[in-house]
Amino acid sequence: MAFDFLKDEDRIFTNLYGFYDRSLAGARARGHWDGTAGLIVKGKDWIINEMKASGLRGRGGAGFPTGLKWSFMPKEESDGRPHYLVVNADESEPGTCKDREIMRHDPHTLIEGCLIASFAMNAHAAYIYLRGEYVREREALQAAIDECYDAGLLGKNAAGSGWDFDLYLHHGAGAYICGEETALLESLEGKKGMPRLKPPFPANAGLYGCPTTVNNVESIAVAPTILRRGASWFSSFGRDNNKGTKIFGISGHVNKPCVVEEAMSIPLRELIDRHCGGVRGGWDNVKAVIPGGSSVRCIPKSVCDDVLMDFDDLSKHKSGLGTAAVIVMDQSTDIIKAIWRLSKFYKHESCGQCTPCREGTGWMMRVMDRLVRGEAEIEEIDMLLSVTKQVEGHTICALGDAAAWPIQGLIAHFRDEIEDRIRAKRRGRMTAAVAAE
Amino acid sequence: MNKTLKLVVDGAEMDVDGNMTILQACEQAGAEIPRFCYHERLSIAGNCRMCLVEVAGMPKPVASCAMQIKDLRPGRNGEPPEVKTFSPLVKKAREGVMEFLLINHPLDCPICDQGGECDLQDQAMAYGEAGSRYHEPKRAHDEINLGPLVKTAMTRCIHCTRCVRFTTEVCGVTEMGSTGRGEDAEIISYLDQALTSELSGNVVDLCPVGALTSRPYAFAARPWELRKTETIDAMDALGSNIRADVRGRAVLRVLPRNHDDVNEEWISDKTRYAIDGLGRQRLDRPYIRHEGKLRPATWDEAFAHIVAKLHGLKGEEIAAVAGDLVSVEAMYSLKDLLGRLGSTRVECRQEGAALPPENRAAWLFNPGIAGIDRADAILIIGSNPRKEAAVLNARLRRAWLNGAEIATIGPDADLTYPVTRLGAGPETLADAANLDWVRETLAKAKNPLIILGNGAVSRADGAAVLSAAMGLAESLGAIREDWTGFALLHQAASRVGGLEIGFASEGGIAKIYDDAASGALKAVWLLGADEIDPSRLGSAFVVYQGHHGDKGAHRADVILPTGAWLEQPGLYVNMEGRPQLALTAALPPGEAREDWAALRALSAALGVAQPFDDLGGLRKALFAEFPRLAAVDSREAAVWSGVPASEGGLSGAPFAESVPDYFMTNAVARASATMAELSKLAKERRGTTLAAAE
Repeated sequence: MAFDFLKDEDRIFTNLYGFYDRSLAGARARGHWDGTAGLIVKGKDWIINEMKASGLRGRGGAGFPTGLKWSFMPKEESDGRPHYLVVNADESEPGTCKDREIMRHDPHTLIEGCLIASFAMNAHAAYIYLRGEYVREREALQAAIDECYDAGLLGKNAAGSGWDFDLYLHHGAGAYICGEETALLESLEGKKGMPRLKPPFPANAGLYGCPTTVNNVESIAVAPTILRRGASWFSSFGRDNNKGTKIFGISGHVNKPCVVEEAMSIPLRELIDRHCGGVRGGWDNVKAVIPGGSSVRCIPKSVCDDVLMDFDDLSKHKSGLGTAAVIVMDQSTDIIKAIWRLSKFYKHESCGQCTPCREGTGWMMRVMDRLVRGEAEIEEIDMLLSVTKQVEGHTICALGDAAAWPIQGLIAHFRDEIEDRIRAKRRGRMTAAVAAE
Repeated sequence: MNKTLKLVVDGAEMDVDGNMTILQACEQAGAEIPRFCYHERLSIAGNCRMCLVEVAGMPKPVASCAMQIKDLRPGRNGEPPEVKTFSPLVKKAREGVMEFLLINHPLDCPICDQGGECDLQDQAMAYGEAGSRYHEPKRAHDEINLGPLVKTAMTRCIHCTRCVRFTTEVCGVTEMGSTGRGEDAEIISYLDQALTSELSGNVVDLCPVGALTSRPYAFAARPWELRKTETIDAMDALGSNIRADVRGRAVLRVLPRNHDDVNEEWISDKTRYAIDGLGRQRLDRPYIRHEGKLRPATWDEAFAHIVAKLHGLKGEEIAAVAGDLVSVEAMYSLKDLLGRLGSTRVECRQEGAALPPENRAAWLFNPGIAGIDRADAILIIGSNPRKEAAVLNARLRRAWLNGAEIATIGPDADLTYPVTRLGAGPETLADAANLDWVRETLAKAKNPLIILGNGAVSRADGAAVLSAAMGLAESLGAIREDWTGFALLHQAASRVGGLEIGFASEGGIAKIYDDAASGALKAVWLLGADEIDPSRLGSAFVVYQGHHGDKGAHRADVILPTGAWLEQPGLYVNMEGRPQLALTAALPPGEAREDWAALRALSAALGVAQPFDDLGGLRKALFAEFPRLAAVDSREAAVWSGVPASEGGLSGAPFAESVPDYFMTNAVARASATMAELSKLAKERRGTTLAAAE
């Protein structure tokens, strides 16, 4: 069955590449901020129901249904605590680069989304927590926010909706852990970015102890268009439970790495062939693909051949859609070293709060270090696997899982390569990949 | 909203309060949950991950210390949530955590002072593997400076952050924290300076491993070599419950015991570390002053000398003063002896506090120490609780954390919580009813509390201060059937006991000074009284009965050596009127005897033998006269009998800091090298602060 590629008129992000005017005027010309007040007039329940019906699942990686998340917020400000929307723009996952394109080229989708989502959740203030390294993005986004204030789209009676709404942009300091929603809240409050224990979940006690929803940039930015064009339009893309359009970011050994909005459930191979000019050296040159950003398990070529890019199909193969940051590795890749690099990243970014992650990430990285050089015993592969299992699921936040999964993927699919390297080291003969160092 | 919910722990169904955590519920069910970071008196960190349990229906093991029962979802058919504490999943998870804790933990148990009482060691017995799978380099950390009390070995640290949470939450000093990320995270002290809290020693008890150990006790003993005695502290008037660990004759360390209504499970640094003073400056044999010099003597010689000197004196020519560390029995026995000699001139208020012995409500911490938890507005007059009763100050801080408003009249001091300072002296007190804070906050509070420092009533105008403060409490409506919002904060462990048995006489210490100077008083008995002014005893014949060669002994004509407070059994009544029983932890040195025994022997020599031959007999007589004291560890509230009248007016002098040097408040502390070092450090720090402020 041939895949129906997303048509241009169905793209939500029409200026993803910055070819057009990114100012408010340009955004309006492309249809953003169109009838925002009219959407708000339809009421909170309508918005939340529409979001639920659209089947949008959170675009930050975990894939939790966005409408459902919004509905968890207390209906009224019953106990006097204000509500907050916090937008997680701390896009730090290696390989992921979708939100930055929204923020620097199509920022008004996000700002409009913030207004509508905040209204739906009774929030009069929203914070965008921006990754520390995103300096240009901050400039673009702040300029867009300023424009909106000037145009009356933010502030008192925002966009003529009758809803008072303030939007603040907070620039982080560049720690990966601050992308974890509760660590993000801690950081936003001025504390050290360390994840909180859950429960209580942010919807009960989030920012400054008030009901808070933390959403990914893309989840918020697609909301206005979904509401304008209808839930049924959005849910016409993708398979059941995996609806909508999605921004994919493809990097690595493809001819033309790119960020592209496509329909969900697109076959991986179609995605790469159509938008990235194919894999370097042809499809058969694929060695492995990390389909959803650094923290999911990699999939070997045999799986890549016909896997669909959505939550369910990838998790069926023990991987995940994550942030849909596709990292393609061809046969020239030293896959052990590639995963080692990720281990090193997680060791560096572990916050050090809880034991398994603090101690485990360093351990895993050091064993990986030796596996890269083949200076290990064959049994240590299983030991490493058991260490990853000891970390996985025992930590406060998901960083422990994220550190464990890439190694589990490596061992699941490329165990022979690790063993070969250890044996080669023993025999004194190096593999081509190591010799090339 | 305490909802009772059903919970199944290891197959047994039980009803628990929904606000409890799984860990607490499991404890209730008798299932032991290992933990490192969790401590019931600190906030929940949930970071060690040792307390993981399995909850049916949850994919991952759950940190039981942080999960409340009400957050657990019932099963599909409404069956109660099920917790398993020793399933294979749990065992595996805990073994995993234990392995992680051990990979970077040095294998130096043989030279670690925590050995034998180390949580990590104990838990490793249950969850540790025999061998190590970790063959990578181990991590090491630099030592940090936490001052002369706490020895550090930070490589052993398991990052439970108990010390950080304790210093921040309980002590109220933000001097410890963690820096760095991931495996480079370290616990540090701010600018590598010693802790300034009076409670800093408690981090030693809190540390579950050997990262923070006691410096004065370093390499001194193993816990299993020590004889442990559960007793009562006498370093302040709180009556902290302690355990004294002794090897041979030496008290090697003092640890807190839990008492929810008194010291919870903290003790002050003075309680913990002044004990090395028990080994210095001791009076270990009787002395008699001969031609101006004290000469060693035998007990019989000393008694004969006293008998000779007291012979022919009239009752009113003999007086006795009791010090801060003596037990009720010692005072009772001395009072009894003086009575047999025809004297009623006994005095325990050696600093001159104008406390009326007959008005019990005027000198008790009436709402009780635990009553602080109920107070929602507190006015502290002429007191620095941080120095006068450091552990009690932690409770005041917690009251503040829970929303109580606190104001002071007195010296400007850092009490570890913000206070509204209303004024410096009695003139503010006199006008207090008109102050905004008093009218708006104190008067409108549900349980207003006025805390009056002992120092403020020990001035010349003490009686007027007491009367004004009690009057203020009465006028605010702080005195009700269910709440007595007036509290006197004592500093001396023996004081309330002394007042309870009427070890006081008209005119107080001032009259004793006057009569001694005029020659009307011919003999003064000092029972461990070292805080008096010996130069004002004129030419009176002075007997010093006590344990340290301090001020009192220097003035003495005869010295009778007796045991210090850890060396003899006795009752101590704390500031809230709670009698508590102290036991003998160590034996007194040399020829020193127990106080009551020395007095009993002397009474025979004087020909007025006391009618009891052992401590039991003494206590029987004591309890017959003062039945309240027999109710050990229970306190009888005072009946409010009005505000005592005062003759003189208030003076204009501001309330002074009543404890100029926290580390030097009694003879034992003054003999302690550790306290001397801390005192020096505190002085230097004050110097630096002043220099920085200029």
